[in-house]
Amino acid sequence: MAGVSGPHASAFSAAEMEFLAEDEMIEIVPNMRMEPLNFISGDFGPFRPQIPTEVPLWLAVSLRKRGKCTIRTPEWMSVEKLTQVLEAERDSEKFQPLPFHYVEISRLLFDHAREDIPDVYMVRSLIEDIKDVRFHKIGTGLEIISKERTYALRLKNLSAMEANIVRPFVTKALETFHKLSSSEMIQETDHISNRQPQATNRGPRRQLKDR
Amino acid sequence: MESSVGERSLADDYESLLSTTDAELLKRAWKNEKASPEILKFEAALIHRSRQQIQLMEETVEDFNKNGVDSLTVSLYQMDLERTMFLLRSYLRTRLQKIEKYVFHIQKTTELWNQLSRQEQKFARSCAEDLKHHLKESVLSKLPNQYQSHLKQSSASEEDDMDALSRKEEYVELQNISMPLWLEFDESKEAADNDLILNAIKQKISMDAVATRQYTLKNGLCYPRGHLG
Repeated sequence: MAGVSGPHASAFSAAEMEFLAEDEMIEIVPNMRMEPLNFISGDFGPFRPQIPTEVPLWLAVSLRKRGKCTIRTPEWMSVEKLTQVLEAERDSEKFQPLPFHYVEISRLLFDHAREDIPDVYMVRSLIEDIKDVRFHKIGTGLEIISKERTYALRLKNLSAMEANIVRPFVTKALETFHKLSSSEMIQETDHISNRQPQATNRGPRRQLKDR
Repeated sequence: MESSVGERSLADDYESLLSTTDAELLKRAWKNEKASPEILKFEAALIHRSRQQIQLMEETVEDFNKNGVDSLTVSLYQMDLERTMFLLRSYLRTRLQKIEKYVFHIQKTTELWNQLSRQEQKFARSCAEDLKHHLKESVLSKLPNQYQSHLKQSSASEEDDMDALSRKEEYVELQNISMPLWLEFDESKEAADNDLILNAIKQKISMDAVATRQYTLKNGLCYPRGHLG
């Protein structure tokens, strides 16, 4: 999906979703000493060697890139937890609760802190599988939404990236349903008198072959 | 860094009880503006405070550079500054895009006009002028007199119906397009009356109706055969 930020694409580009995810807090273990940082976005620190502290993801990644700390992999990113989630995801029709920005967070950590993640290849493939199962669920769910009078769609536990990708399609689809159903309502009142004669014009009903 | 009581739009949200830092508020205003197709109320106080904070931070970073603070700290402060500036700029940019898109409608609708900041109103005015000038120069001045307005489809329209938002869901009848044929009928009739070839044909028909089966003469008008009249 192209990450274009425009009126016809999603409201947010993929880069903007990542920007939002970068404000999520994560634990780091610094290997240096630094005084507290008083940013516009908040106050962080002080930093002392070997003492874990919480910082926003963008700060963690910057420090990690300069080798000033290691990143503590979040709890949900362990092989056991992810295997549980994957199995539950496959068994149930509902979406499993996952961190809202799980896609972006895991991506940033894979790119910049690979050595800090235990069993990184396993974790990566588990997350890919979870993503695939969830997307497949979204697809099948969309196929069965009622053609009449669906005013809103509720997808519980959908993550940020997934919601951002389906949003334009779903909103357009609902709009189209609405347009079609309101014009149908007008047609119904106009043609109610014509219905009888029209029905008799059709030839004998043909049984369609099962494919 | 608490939101003021006057900011009804954001302070009503119960979530804001949890985190009402200006940074959070700015992020939320940005998200709202991005997600909504309509233009929302301009968060004047929030933007003003954010601007001040950014300015303060820029001065701080300058001081750091002068006092020889280590480059790591400086670059981290710089990063935070750029993130905040991105939010502010993107917020303003998104609003300007919406204004450009619906400029005539916004100008006409008072509630929408009041959602704009004073500078945005200035921008909207000059944008509308430019657009009007461009449309007139390129297309409108070359159309017949009744169609030269950039706001009305023709002088027969009761309302300003050129832009889609003003029309809302009206069904626009196509008779406006077929009107020119009627207006120019007199001119074309005159041209037809003076046409030599046509007159020759008419003469032939009146002399010998059978020989000229291709055409028939009805009420002084010449119809070629097969014409649906």
